[in-house]
Amino acid sequence: MAEAKTARLKNRPLSPHLQIYKPMLTMMMSIVHRITGGALFFGMLLLVWWLIAAAAGPNAYAQVQWFMETVIGRLILFGYTWALIHHMLGGIKHLIWDLGYGFGPVEREWLTVATLVGSIGLTVLIWIVGYLVMGGMR
Amino acid sequence: MTEQHRYSIRTPLGRVRYLGSAHNGTRVFWHQRLTSVANIPLSIAVIAIIIGLLRSNHAAVVQILGSTPVAITLLLFIISSVYHMWLGMQVIVEDYVHDETWKLVTLMANTFFSFAVGLAAVFAILKLSFGL
Repeated sequence: MAEAKTARLKNRPLSPHLQIYKPMLTMMMSIVHRITGGALFFGMLLLVWWLIAAAAGPNAYAQVQWFMETVIGRLILFGYTWALIHHMLGGIKHLIWDLGYGFGPVEREWLTVATLVGSIGLTVLIWIVGYLVMGGMR
Repeated sequence: MTEQHRYSIRTPLGRVRYLGSAHNGTRVFWHQRLTSVANIPLSIAVIAIIIGLLRSNHAAVVQILGSTPVAITLLLFIISSVYHMWLGMQVIVEDYVHDETWKLVTLMANTFFSFAVGLAAVFAILKLSFGL
């Protein structure tokens, strides 16, 4: 009797969580904001590695340069760039929301699409500028 | 329960009301926004600095990273973003780690990691500037 009661209590619906709702773009981008934030948390290691290597000397710096020019290094750097830009644009969207603007059904969707399209566009633009500065693909 | 709480006339609900799951005030929320605003121009500046260094060899990189305006920009960026990421990871831990022991362990790990990463970066920038 007591066990049945405990089981019933355990199976009670709790407050609704993610799986209850139909996926929406604003919700997905909210999750992506957390994921990119978490990625940038560990991505800071790359920046620190670069700075320490520059301070340590030419050999250490050459190692960083070698790694960043491998395919994996390039992919990580590209992902890092996108995570930073997307987190920044998502952050600006949250600042706008913090001020009480952009909550309408049209504005919130528009803002969210803008963070996604903007982050991809800006990331590609930054990399095009980067390759132009370096004088070609490498 | 401390002595102060035992003899307080405030109810348990009154003591925690408005403090949220972090048992803290709005300091974290505010500092998260403060650093997020600072991070916008600082991140753009750091991206510009990195793009500007893509063609440089090690000697040129050391000279530019160690120059006063670039070093100060980097220091501001590191301090603001490391504080921002420390606060952000704290919120993530508080939201997803429910076991009290694990929560304490991960919160400590977050602080140790953030502090170590931040200090290492600051040390590297100062070393580049002062050429020690």
